[in-house]
Amino acid sequence: MNNTVKRMAVACLLMFGLLMLNINYLQAVKADDLRADNRNQRSFFARYQYERGMITAGGQTLAKSVDAGGTFRFQRKYTDGPVYAPVLGFFAPESERGIESAANKYLDGTHPDLFVRRTVDLITNKPPRGADVDLTLVPKAQEAAYRDLKQSGKRGAVVALDPKTGAVLTMVSVPSFDPGTMAVPDKAKAARAYNKLDKDENEPLINRAIAKTYAPGSTFKVVTSAGYLMDDDSRDVNSTVNAPDALLLPGTNTYLRNYHGESCGGRASLLDALTISCNTAFAEMALDMGYDKLEQQAAKFGVGQTLAIPLSVARSDIGADEGKAALAKTAIGQQSNQMTPLQMAMVAAGVANDGKVMKPYLINKIVGPDNDEIDAARPEELDEAVSPEVASELRQMMISVVQNGTGTAAQIPNVTVAGKTGTAETAPGAPSHAWFISFAPAEDPKVAVAVFVESGSAGNDATGGAVAAPIARDVMQAVLDR
Amino acid sequence: MTAKRRGAQLVMLSFAVAIVMVAYANVGLGHDGQVPAGMLGYGLGLAGLMLAAYLVLAKFAPWADPLILPLVTLVNGLGLVMIYRIELDSDLASAGNQLFWTALGIVMFSVTLIVLRDHRALQRMTYTAGFIGLGLLILPLVPGLGREINGARIWVGVGGFSIQPGEFAKLALVVFFAGYLVAKRDVLALAGRRLLFIDLPRARDLGPVLITWVVSVGVLVLEKDLGTSLLLFGAFVAMLYIATQRTSWVLIGLLLFLGGAIVAGQLFSHVGARFDVYLNPSDPALYDREFGGSYQLMQGLFGMGSGGILGSGLGQGYPQLIPLSFSDFIFAATGEELGLTGLMALLMVYALIVERGLRTSTAARDPFSKLLAGGLSFTLAWQVFIIVGGVTNLIPLTGLVTPFMSQGGSALLANWIIIALLVRMSDAARRPPPQAIQDEGLTQVFQR
Repeated sequence: MNNTVKRMAVACLLMFGLLMLNINYLQAVKADDLRADNRNQRSFFARYQYERGMITAGGQTLAKSVDAGGTFRFQRKYTDGPVYAPVLGFFAPESERGIESAANKYLDGTHPDLFVRRTVDLITNKPPRGADVDLTLVPKAQEAAYRDLKQSGKRGAVVALDPKTGAVLTMVSVPSFDPGTMAVPDKAKAARAYNKLDKDENEPLINRAIAKTYAPGSTFKVVTSAGYLMDDDSRDVNSTVNAPDALLLPGTNTYLRNYHGESCGGRASLLDALTISCNTAFAEMALDMGYDKLEQQAAKFGVGQTLAIPLSVARSDIGADEGKAALAKTAIGQQSNQMTPLQMAMVAAGVANDGKVMKPYLINKIVGPDNDEIDAARPEELDEAVSPEVASELRQMMISVVQNGTGTAAQIPNVTVAGKTGTAETAPGAPSHAWFISFAPAEDPKVAVAVFVESGSAGNDATGGAVAAPIARDVMQAVLDR
Repeated sequence: MTAKRRGAQLVMLSFAVAIVMVAYANVGLGHDGQVPAGMLGYGLGLAGLMLAAYLVLAKFAPWADPLILPLVTLVNGLGLVMIYRIELDSDLASAGNQLFWTALGIVMFSVTLIVLRDHRALQRMTYTAGFIGLGLLILPLVPGLGREINGARIWVGVGGFSIQPGEFAKLALVVFFAGYLVAKRDVLALAGRRLLFIDLPRARDLGPVLITWVVSVGVLVLEKDLGTSLLLFGAFVAMLYIATQRTSWVLIGLLLFLGGAIVAGQLFSHVGARFDVYLNPSDPALYDREFGGSYQLMQGLFGMGSGGILGSGLGQGYPQLIPLSFSDFIFAATGEELGLTGLMALLMVYALIVERGLRTSTAARDPFSKLLAGGLSFTLAWQVFIIVGGVTNLIPLTGLVTPFMSQGGSALLANWIIIALLVRMSDAARRPPPQAIQDEGLTQVFQR
C-alpha cells in the first residue's frame, strides 16, 4: 500500500499548494480591490483609530480630533463650523472635502514627508498622530465677512488676499453649513445630513468663492483699463476716450447705455470713466484694442488657469471671440465672461502689488506632532499683469472710485482705499449680482478683497457700491486691525 | 534503528509555546498598547499542559514521531490566541472556554495513549466502530436531543454542554473504514469485470460505498451539514484507493459525488445558494441576500485582502466584522492580522502534520495501521482543504471547523484523539524490532 499512500501524500501536497496559490492571489494580487471595495468597512473604522492633525489659523484651532474612547476613538470637532466650512470642508465617515481632503495625507500622517517620524513612532511605540495644518486665514476678517453676509441674509462670497504673497486671508461663502453634522461616526446619519444640504436650493455645500463663476460686471473694467493702458505707453489716466450716452453696438440695432441711462458727457478721461463706471467708454476701449489683447490681459491676471490653492478653483473665462458687439459687452463684464470671486480678488491684488499677481494659497505651514515645521508656504509669482507704471495709474483710478465715485461706502477713516464696484445683470428682468473689489492701504497694500453678493439675495436693485462695498470695508478693516 | 529524539522534541515544543506566548503578548500590545495582564498565568498554563502531554508521550510512546506534538501545539496555541484576540472585540468568542477544552483535549490525548497500548485493538472493533459512528451521526436528528444552531442541525445538548457528535462520528467511521477495507481489500481490488477501461467491482462489494454515499447525502439533507458529508465521503474514497490501489474507485467516487451534488443543488435551495455564492461572491444581489448570501464570505475576503502580505498585526485588524470569525472563519481573521505570510506559515504547519502522518503510514508494519494512519492524515488534510478552500472561495463554502483553531470543544477533543492515534502508530512503526538472539551470537563470535 506504500505506493498509494505516497500518491496520497502528493495529492495532499497539491491540495495545500492550491490553497497557497489561492491565498497568494487573494492577498497579493486582489488585495487592493478587496481593500478598496466600498463594502469593506475597515477603512471606515480605521479613520477613527488615530489622532488626526489639527487645522489652525492665526493661533486659533478650527478643527481637531477629540478622544472619545471606544470603537470610534478620535472624533472630529469643529469650532465656528459654518464660518470656516467652505474652506475646511468636512471629515465624514467615508469621504472628506475641502482642506480636510486636500491636506488629508498630512492630517492622517500618511504623507511621505512624515515617513521618518512615523517609523520613529512605530519603534518607540507612540500612538500615531497626523500633522497639523496651519491656514493663512485671519480669523477676525473671516468672522467679519461671515457676519456681514449672514446677518443680512445674503448669499455670496468674500475673498481677501495678501497682495504681496498671495496668502488667502479670508474665504467665506454664505449660506454655509455645519461640518460637525457630517463628522459623526454614523454613516446613515452623516449621509442624511449631507443629502439634506445637497438638496438645499441655496446650495450651502458650494464654495462660491472658488467653485462657481459669475458675471463680474463693472469690476471687469479694471482689466479692460489695464489692457488699454498697457496697449500704448503714451496713454495715462488723463487720456480721454469717447463716452457717448448710447453706443450703437457694431452690427446690431441695439444700443449700449450707461447704468440707469446716466450720461458720461460724450468724452471722458480714463480716471473719470472708471470713477463713475461709464459703460460706453470701456466698450470703446475694448473695440479699440480688439478681443485678443483683452483676452491676453485677462490671462495675465490668471483668467483661464485652473488653480489648486490646494482647493481646486473653477476656471474663469472671458468667453470666446463672438464679434465686436459681444466684445463691447465683454469689456464691461456683461457678456459671457465668468469669474470666480477669487479671480477678481487676484485682479485687485495684482494692481495693489505693482502689477505682479501672486499665486494664491491657503496653507501657511504644516507642523509635525512635536511642533516642528515640516513644510511652509513659499509665495510664488503667477505672472506680471501690468507694468508698475500702469499699476500705479490703475491704483490712482481706483482710489478715485472710493473717494468720489461709486465706491464711497468702502471708505475707512485715515486709510486710503482703492476699489471698483460692479453690478452685473444676470438675465433680462432678473436682479443683478453685486460686486466690489478693493485694496488698502493704497500706498502700501496689505489686503485685497473681492466681495460677491449673489443675484436677488440683497434686494432687486442691489448695486455693488451699496451692498458689497461696506462688506469689503469691514473685512479690510479687520485685516488692518489685526 | 531510529533514534528517539525526545530532547529535540522538547526543544521544539518549547519553541512552539514561545511563539504562542509572543503572539499572545502581541495581541495585547496591538490592541491596548500593553502586555495582557493574564500573560504569565496563561503562559504557564499552556506550558504546563504541553509538558504533561510531553511526559505522557515520553513514557507511553517513547519512539513516536517527535514533530507531530510540537506542530499541533503551535496550531492549537495560535487558535487560542486568535480566539482571545477576537474575544476583545466580540462577545461570542470565549478564550477561557477554548483553553478549558484544550486542557480536556490534552487529557484525552494522554488517556488515549495510556489506555490504548496497542492500536491494533481497534481492528477488532471494526463493526462496533461503524455502528457507533452511524449512531453518532444520526444523534442530532433525535427529537428533543438535537439542536439546530446557525441553520445546521448538528448539535446535541447534554445538560449545559452542547457537543457535535459528528466530530466523533468522523473518527469512528475512519476506524470502521480502515477495518472493513483491510478485510475486503483483496476482493475489492481483484474481483469484478472490466467495462471499457474501468475495472468495475462486484455489486455486493460495492455495497458499503453506496451505503456510505447514501448516509452522507442523508446527513446533508437532514442536518444541512454539507461539510461533514463531503468530508466523510472524501475520506472513504481516499481510503478505498489506498487499500485497493485502484484508480477506478476514485473515478466512481467522483461520479457519485458529482451526481449527488447536482441533484442536491437542484432539490435543496441551500445547496444551490452556496453554489451561486461561489460563482459570484461580489454580486451585490447575493451580498445583500438575507439567507444564504455572500455577506460572510465577502467579509472574510475583505479581511484577508486588507491584511495583504504582512497583515495588520495581531490585535490591529477588525475580526468582529467577519461573522463567525472565531469558528468557521477563523482562518480569514488570521489572514487579516497575520497576512499572507502568516497564512502560508500556518498552511505549511498543517501540511507538515499531514505529511508526518502519511509518513507514519508508510512506515507502519501492518496493513491496518497503514490504512488507519493514511485515512486519519488524509481526513485532516481534506478538512483543511474544504474549510480553507471554502473561506478563500477556491471551492464552494461548506461549514466545517479549521482543525485545532476554530472555537469548539467537540472538534478539539476529536482532533486530539486523532493525534494520539497517529502518535501511537508512529511509536509502533519506529520502535526497533526485538533483536534476534542469533545476532548476539554472531557478535560474540566477532568479539573473540
